[in-house]
Amino acid sequence: MRTTRRGLSLVLVVGLGLVAASCGSGEEKKPAAEGSADGPVTITVGCQPPKSNPKERTAWDADVAAFQKQHPNITVQSKDAFPCINPDTFQAKLAGGTQEDVFYVYYSDVQKIMKAKQAADISQYVGNVKAAKDLRPDVMGVFKDGDKTYGLPRNNYTMGLVYNRKLFTQAGLNPDSPPKTWSEVQEAAKKIAALGAGYVGYGEYSAGNTGGWHFAASLYARGGSMVSDDGKTAAFNSPEGKAVLENLKKMRWDDNSMGSKQLLQWEDVMRMMGSGKLGMMIGAPDVVQSVNNDFQGKFEDYGVTAVPESEGKASLSGGDGYMFNPKATPEKMKAGLLWLEFHELTPGQGQFNYARSKEQGRPVGLPIPDLYGDTAPGQEIVALRKQYATVPVDHFAPYVAEQSNITNKLEPPKAQELYAVLDVAMSAVLTRKDADIDKLLRDAESKANKILAKNT
Amino acid sequence: MAATRTLARRPRSAGSAGGGGAGTRGGPVEEDRDQTGALRRAVGRNLTAYGFLCGALICFALFSWYPMIREVILSFQQNNFVDPGQWVGFDNFRTVVEDPAFRSAWLNTAAFSCLALVIGYAVPFVLAVVLNELRHAKAYLRFVVYLPVMLPPAVAVLLFKWFYDPGAGLFNQVLDAFHLPPLSWLDSTSTALVSLVLVSTWMNLGTGTLIYLAALQSVPGDLYESAELDGAGLFRRVWHVTIPQTKLILLVMLLLQIVATMQVFIEPYLLTGGGPENATVTVAYLMYQYAFNFGDFGGGSALGLMLMIALLVFSTVYLRVSREAEQ
Repeated sequence: MRTTRRGLSLVLVVGLGLVAASCGSGEEKKPAAEGSADGPVTITVGCQPPKSNPKERTAWDADVAAFQKQHPNITVQSKDAFPCINPDTFQAKLAGGTQEDVFYVYYSDVQKIMKAKQAADISQYVGNVKAAKDLRPDVMGVFKDGDKTYGLPRNNYTMGLVYNRKLFTQAGLNPDSPPKTWSEVQEAAKKIAALGAGYVGYGEYSAGNTGGWHFAASLYARGGSMVSDDGKTAAFNSPEGKAVLENLKKMRWDDNSMGSKQLLQWEDVMRMMGSGKLGMMIGAPDVVQSVNNDFQGKFEDYGVTAVPESEGKASLSGGDGYMFNPKATPEKMKAGLLWLEFHELTPGQGQFNYARSKEQGRPVGLPIPDLYGDTAPGQEIVALRKQYATVPVDHFAPYVAEQSNITNKLEPPKAQELYAVLDVAMSAVLTRKDADIDKLLRDAESKANKILAKNT
Repeated sequence: MAATRTLARRPRSAGSAGGGGAGTRGGPVEEDRDQTGALRRAVGRNLTAYGFLCGALICFALFSWYPMIREVILSFQQNNFVDPGQWVGFDNFRTVVEDPAFRSAWLNTAAFSCLALVIGYAVPFVLAVVLNELRHAKAYLRFVVYLPVMLPPAVAVLLFKWFYDPGAGLFNQVLDAFHLPPLSWLDSTSTALVSLVLVSTWMNLGTGTLIYLAALQSVPGDLYESAELDGAGLFRRVWHVTIPQTKLILLVMLLLQIVATMQVFIEPYLLTGGGPENATVTVAYLMYQYAFNFGDFGGGSALGLMLMIALLVFSTVYLRVSREAEQ
C-alpha cells in the first residue's frame, strides 16, 4: 500500500512538473500580424521615466500623446522602471514573456543579446528611419552583427575622467586645468587624499565584474586591446595592460591615494562621488548626471575631461539604446522604429527637446548623447544644447575638445566572462601590496584564452 | 505522534461500528448503502485536510518541483528563451567544469561550510546552554538573541558592510580603541571568507539557539539533579547529560546547517562580489553569474544540478536521521 502511494505521488510530481515544463517552454504562437500596414497596432516600449521623476515623465507622456496624434493607428504602451533595465533580469523577462516589444538595453549587453539571437533583426525596416544614415558609424556598429541591424541608439558617450572641482580647489589644484597625464592624476590624487580622513583621491571598481569592465576602459584609452583581431585569444597581457595595473598599484600602495576600502562596485563609487569626498574616477558625463540625480551631488561641483594620455586612441563604447523583441510582428517593428525616430533621434524633439527641458528646470548642456558626430543633425543638436544650456558647459569643455579624435571601440566577445576574470587582477592589485602584476596578467590571459576557445 | 494516530483513528472506528450494525440488520443492499455513506462521511470529514493538501501540493509543484525539473532540462540544453531549446548533452557540464572559477567556487563553498560549522554550529549551542542556565532576564535575552533573524537578510548584510569598513567601520574602531592594528576584513584573501561566516552566523544564530533551547528544556531535570548529587560541575553536566540527551537534535541541526551553508549566496553577492581574487566566489554565486550575468542558463542549471546532487546526499542522511528520531 505504501509502495503504491509512493508510486502515485511520484507520478503526480513528475506529471505536474512535465505539464508545467511544457507550459513554460515559452514557444507560444501569436497571430502573425496585428493588422495590415495601416491597421491598428499597439507597442510596448520600455524606459518610461518613473513616477519619482515627474518632470521627465510628463515630457515622455506628452511625447507619446503627440506621436499618437501623428500616427492614429499606433498605440504606445509605456513601461516604467528605475533603472530602465537591470541586465540581470533580462533573461527572466524574456522567458516569462514580459519583455517589451521595444526594449531598452545598455551597450554592454548588446553583443551578448545579438549572439544569443534574443533580439529581432530589423535590417529590412531600419532603412525607413531617415535619421539612421546620419548616425555615427561606430555608434550604429554597436547594434550591428555583420550586415544585420538589431537596434538603434538612444545615448552614446566615450569614457573620460570625472573629477570633483570643489575638491580640486580645496586641495590647491586648478579645476580649470584638469590632469592631462597619469603622473598629474597621481599628484592630484595625493593632494586630495591629504585633505583628511575619508578623502579619496582616485576611486576604482574591482568587484562584481565592474573591475574588469573598467580595466577594459583604461586599456582601450591607452591604445590596448582586450582580444586579438580574430577574437580568439586574449590580448590584454600587453605593455598597455601592465601600465593600467601598475598605475593603480602605485596610487593604492605607494601614494595611498585610493582609500583603504576596496572591492568597490558601481553604486559604491557613485556614492563616494556624490558625498563629495572622492576626487577622480574614470567615467563619462552620464556619471555626473547620475551623481546629481540619485546620489546628492550637484552639477556645478563636477567636471569631465578626457582620459589622460588617450589622445587619438579608442574609448570603450558606452551608452544605451533600444532593441526589438524577437517575437514582435513586422507591424510592431515598423511602429517601434517610427517611435524611436520621433522620440530618440530627431533634433528639437523628444529627448532633444531642450527648450521644454529648460522650461521644466531640467539640466541641459551635458555633452551627451553624441549620436551624430559632426553631421548636420549633430551640429543642430549641439547648437540647441548651447542655446538652452542650464548647467555650466565649461566644466565639460576639456572632454568635448577631445571627443572628435576618439572613436568608440566595442566590448570584447564574452565580455562579462572576461570582466569576471579581470576582476581578479584588479582586486589583487588593490587589496594586496605584493601583487605580482606579470603573474596576474599571465593567469588572466590563460583563463581568458580558455573562455574564448569555448564555442558556446 | 502516537497521540495523533489515536485521534485519527477514533472517528473512523466510530463510523464503522455504526455501519456494521446497520448492515447486520438490513442485508447486502443496505450494507452497500452504509459503506457509501461511510465513505462520503469520511471524505466530508477530511475535506478541509484535502483542501490544505491541495494548496500545499500546488505550491510545492509550482515553486519547488517545477523549477527543479526545469533546471534538470535546462542543464542539458542551450536555450535563448526565444527558440526551442537545443539538446547539447553534457556540454554545459563540461563548460562549467572547465571554468577557472569552478574549482575555487567549490573549495570556497566547502571552506565556508566548514568554518560555519566551527563557528556557527558551536555558538548557538553554547548560547542555548547559557540561556538555559540563566535564572533572570531569560525572555528578554531570548528576544535579543532572536532579533537578528527578524532583520531582512539584505539589511543585515549591508549593516555588516559598514561594520567591516576599513576606515570608519565599527570593528576597526573597536580594534583601534584597544590599540590593535586594523584588519582588512573583506579586502584580504585571508580574512574575507571568515568575515562572511561571521555575518552568516550572526544572522542565523537566533533560530539555532531557540531550537537548542527547546531541546534542552525537554531534558528531564532529575538527570541534572542526580549529576549534581554525584558532584558533577557545569562542564561535566553538559558533557554527560546535555549532549547525550540532545544528540539527535544536534545531528539534525548539523545536517541542516551543512545543507544551508553550502547554498551561501547573499553574503558574497552583497559584500564582496566574489572578490578579492575569487576568494569568496561560491557555487551559488557562480551559478548566478552564469545564469544572469553571462546569460548562460544552461551553465547555471548544470552547476545548480551538481550542487543539488551534493546536497541530496546530506538530505538523505538527514531524512534517515529524522526518521530514526521519529521511531
